[in-house]
Amino acid sequence: MTEIRHHIPEDILDAYRAGSLSHAFAVVVAAHLSLCDRCRARHEAADMIGGALLDQAEAVPLATGARQRMMALLDGPPPRPPMRGTGMFPAPVMAELGGLPPRWKMLGGGIRQQILSADRDGSLRLLYIPGGKAVPEHGHRGLELTLVLQGSFHDSEGSFGRGDVEAAHDEIDHQPIADPGAPCICLAATDAPLRFHAMLPRLLQPLFRI
Amino acid sequence: MQSGDDSLSEMTRHLIAVRDRRDRAAFCCLFDHFAPRLKAMLLRRGLRDGSAEDVVQDVMLTVWHKAAQFDPHRAEASGWIYAIARNRRIDLERRRPLSQPEELPEPETAEPDAAQILALQQEARHLAEALARLAPEQAEALRAAYFSDLPHRRIAEMSGLPLGTIKSRIRLGLERLRHELKNIAP
Repeated sequence: MTEIRHHIPEDILDAYRAGSLSHAFAVVVAAHLSLCDRCRARHEAADMIGGALLDQAEAVPLATGARQRMMALLDGPPPRPPMRGTGMFPAPVMAELGGLPPRWKMLGGGIRQQILSADRDGSLRLLYIPGGKAVPEHGHRGLELTLVLQGSFHDSEGSFGRGDVEAAHDEIDHQPIADPGAPCICLAATDAPLRFHAMLPRLLQPLFRI
Repeated sequence: MQSGDDSLSEMTRHLIAVRDRRDRAAFCCLFDHFAPRLKAMLLRRGLRDGSAEDVVQDVMLTVWHKAAQFDPHRAEASGWIYAIARNRRIDLERRRPLSQPEELPEPETAEPDAAQILALQQEARHLAEALARLAPEQAEALRAAYFSDLPHRRIAEMSGLPLGTIKSRIRLGLERLRHELKNIAP
């Protein structure tokens, strides 16, 4: 496997750690952390500082009998084990898929997608782009995070393979093109609807919710 | 792993005893140390006394059930438990639980890599020493960031200090930390 070269920007990882990211962005960050040792280490190292502060925190006594009540709970049933990853889909993506394989919708030109979630805070979807095909050129209102799960694509910002994340802000007008070979499958999150430049995709936008 | 291994912190040894032997006495020691500190952290976040204790109980129960996941090659007991508490606290405030990264395979307990564990423990000790040397207002800014995760603006409102000062304090605190760590690393 080639090395991951495009990582989660620092401010976005901080927002994830603070719990302030939208669901769509949080899934992309969690999926990247599942694939990228470097970002996983950054994430866990920050918890070490939190742990050191916890160790040195002033103790506030608990109500009497708290420990006894705690010990009585230990024999209860363990929680359900978390979802596991399958194939190219790491656990956080499998959780969004409900443990099932994707159910693709055709978008034309061989491009497929499945919307995983969409609400007023943004949308999360899987995209399937056949090798050599371009995703219609689009700009963004807001931020789009794209994580490659299979294959690779390139655009004006560089080349992206499995595990790489592209963070595209509104000012970036890019046209991702899947590299020849296996279809490129991506997880993409936005905090606003995409704007397509060609007339037809713009008309189709409400229909396909892309 | 031998629980008498003195390269490990006391709490990390207890957590390993819980992981490997479901040792209830060791869990009591973890509870006695961490529960009152977790409560302090949650009260700081603005929880009421009763609900803070409920969350402490939840967090410690997760420690008991998830102990098999604890890997001393990657974490110290305090950081691992802090992460569980951070996630629990975040989920209380979100519409949907925060998406979590895939759990890594359960650690190899038969043949731990002593050098790696030792290096991590040393780093944790250095970090704690560096924290202890911070100026009080820098330590306070760090606690605000790690325990409360308040947006910087709210921290400023609460303390009556201008936003820029708080931001630079947090940054200064972290920079000083890194600097300290660099200086004391062998």
